[in-house]
Amino acid sequence: MNNETIICECGHVNKVGTEMCAACGKPLTDKAQQEGVNMRYEGAAIRSKKRKVTLLDRIWGFFSSVKVGIWIIVLLLLASALGTIFPQDNLRPGLEEPAAFYEREYGAPGLAYYNLGLHELYSSWWYITLIIALGVSIIVASFDRGIPLYKALKAQRVTRHKHFMTRQRLYSKSTIAHPDDELTKVAEALKQKRYKVRVENGNILAEKNRFARWGPYVNHVGLILFLIGCLARYIPGMYVDTSMWIREGERAPIPETDSEYFVENRGFSISLYDEEDERFQEAFESGQSVVPEAFETDAVLYKREGLIGDGDLEMIEEKLIRVNDPLTFDSLSLYQTDYRLNELNQMTFTLENKETNETFGEMTINLIDPEKHYDLGDGYSVVLENYYPNFYMNSNNEPSTLNQIPDNPYFIFNMITPETPEGETSFVGIQQNLEPLGDNDYKMTFVDVDLVNVSILTVRKDLTLPLLIAGGTIFIIGLVQGSYWAHRRVWLQKSGEDVLIAAHTNRNWMSFQREVEQSVKDTALTPPKDQEEETDQDTKGA
Amino acid sequence: MSKKKRSWIRFAILMVIAVAVVYTFIANAQSDNGLVRKGDMAKNFAVTNLVNDRFVLAEQEGKGVFINFWGTFCEPCEREMPHIESAYSDYEDQVEMIAINVDEAPLTVQSFVDRHDLSFPIAIDKRRELTRAYGVGPLPATILVDEHGQVQRYHEGEMTEAQIHEFFQSIVPDT
Repeated sequence: MNNETIICECGHVNKVGTEMCAACGKPLTDKAQQEGVNMRYEGAAIRSKKRKVTLLDRIWGFFSSVKVGIWIIVLLLLASALGTIFPQDNLRPGLEEPAAFYEREYGAPGLAYYNLGLHELYSSWWYITLIIALGVSIIVASFDRGIPLYKALKAQRVTRHKHFMTRQRLYSKSTIAHPDDELTKVAEALKQKRYKVRVENGNILAEKNRFARWGPYVNHVGLILFLIGCLARYIPGMYVDTSMWIREGERAPIPETDSEYFVENRGFSISLYDEEDERFQEAFESGQSVVPEAFETDAVLYKREGLIGDGDLEMIEEKLIRVNDPLTFDSLSLYQTDYRLNELNQMTFTLENKETNETFGEMTINLIDPEKHYDLGDGYSVVLENYYPNFYMNSNNEPSTLNQIPDNPYFIFNMITPETPEGETSFVGIQQNLEPLGDNDYKMTFVDVDLVNVSILTVRKDLTLPLLIAGGTIFIIGLVQGSYWAHRRVWLQKSGEDVLIAAHTNRNWMSFQREVEQSVKDTALTPPKDQEEETDQDTKGA
Repeated sequence: MSKKKRSWIRFAILMVIAVAVVYTFIANAQSDNGLVRKGDMAKNFAVTNLVNDRFVLAEQEGKGVFINFWGTFCEPCEREMPHIESAYSDYEDQVEMIAINVDEAPLTVQSFVDRHDLSFPIAIDKRRELTRAYGVGPLPATILVDEHGQVQRYHEGEMTEAQIHEFFQSIVPDT
């Protein structure tokens, strides 16, 4: 087979694989002759259905297949659902190790979830591959079907082959005296119904709402924009979703800004639902007693002027960051999402004589940035020799700290008094007071503690939103275009003594049939019958 | 349209998609929250070290710079400190070095330095500004900057004694 075209008897040149001539509608294959024509793509050759030769054809053929497309969609749906079983890694609260979090919270299934990598599903290579495959499938299928359809609709002639007429679902044949007058009347009636009427040799083609045929393709354009938007999130600078912890009084660089922007927490406040309030009693019975009503951070935004490390901070903005009321700057937004209450901040001690219980002054240690020397007056002073914010014994069995957070502070003090000018060493932690170098005369006694709250802010930026909105809007337009209108065509044709009427649409056959009936009712022509219905009744009768 | 022309158009469509996808993946792989990587120009910074000397990275041009991020709470950092100390004494004249502590209390840092008797320059990143800007994650992390201010290496995790020597050697200017 070397010929790439089929020349129809009407003279139109069709591609190999065409089921029905694009111009006159003559069925070109045996199958089409016997079973009736497939109107879906006007019987045009579906590009991928031609002989597959090259690798390119195979790839093209794979992605153009509707079956493959549906499989991709099903897989994507299943995968997306899988990702919602447990929270994704970036949405889980706290700073715990992910493995520990999933196991503690959800047990063995949680650990399996983590081990399978489902905690970062939406950025996994195979999920992205599926999204890309869907995009390719949509693009390829659109080209594969859209272009031949466009060409076929453009090339269609008014005069169709007799076979094409008889094979249509709505069809009738009438033998009348003055067909031309009657046809003109029908054409007028159809024009009244906003059909576009073309006349050729006295034959008529009337059609309306052809644009509805492009609905699915407009739809696809929207989807592709949407998918591009989804993929654009992986391009650096387009999408940020991370969090930062900031203590009251602290000033910290904002992630993703190259330490150019800083935020200061001037105070965190929270209001709780009143436990005594009658209205809430039912809710309190079922759950925990502390239910926040609102929480907010009094924040100040700074911009660094100068070098990283020692530049000056210039105040840009002050704002109360509330839930759903973020601080926004430079396309980044800081949202109030979580908090941690009562972190240790300052501890106050006094120096006490163990025998007399007499105390000598007070000293307050800032747990974030402690000082070394504390003068208590009258020859009494304390030197803070070492400090472990989050104490533990390390693998060498030496005192050490787990991190910088003062969750479990321990101090090594050197207490100097007139009686002990050499100093006495004391190792003090919460509820503990050790004397590692022998018995002391003095001890450090805990007096008071000052707590601060920690604000947890979500740092967010999404430049892909406009693309997602545009894609979604175009998708809906395509959907409306394809769903609320239907392409309707009516052919009227003289064939010797007879007048043939055929009509086609893809949906709402009843109203369409009525429309055609009304158009021919003032003439002697027989309104078209629904051939499918007749066949149904025949089968039922038999 | 000829078959050949059509093949070309199909090929072009598939290639455009492929290029867009590959670009996205490469761009994504290269963004690690501002993490520096080999070949980047090192971001300039200034810090004041424990003995009150100001250190500006851009002013070190002509010399390689060994930057070590560490914390007293980090055991691997503590283990590699004596090795860095001894290597530093060998390369002091040829290479600049700054050890950056991540936001700890000066008291804690000073007592750590005294305990290990460290002589190389140490600064505290008290606003975690460098740590953020350089995308430093787990400690220790070591960044090697050559005499042209270009990042030669980003190393995460503990270094062996041999590695430290090799790293210092690698940023000694050629001349």
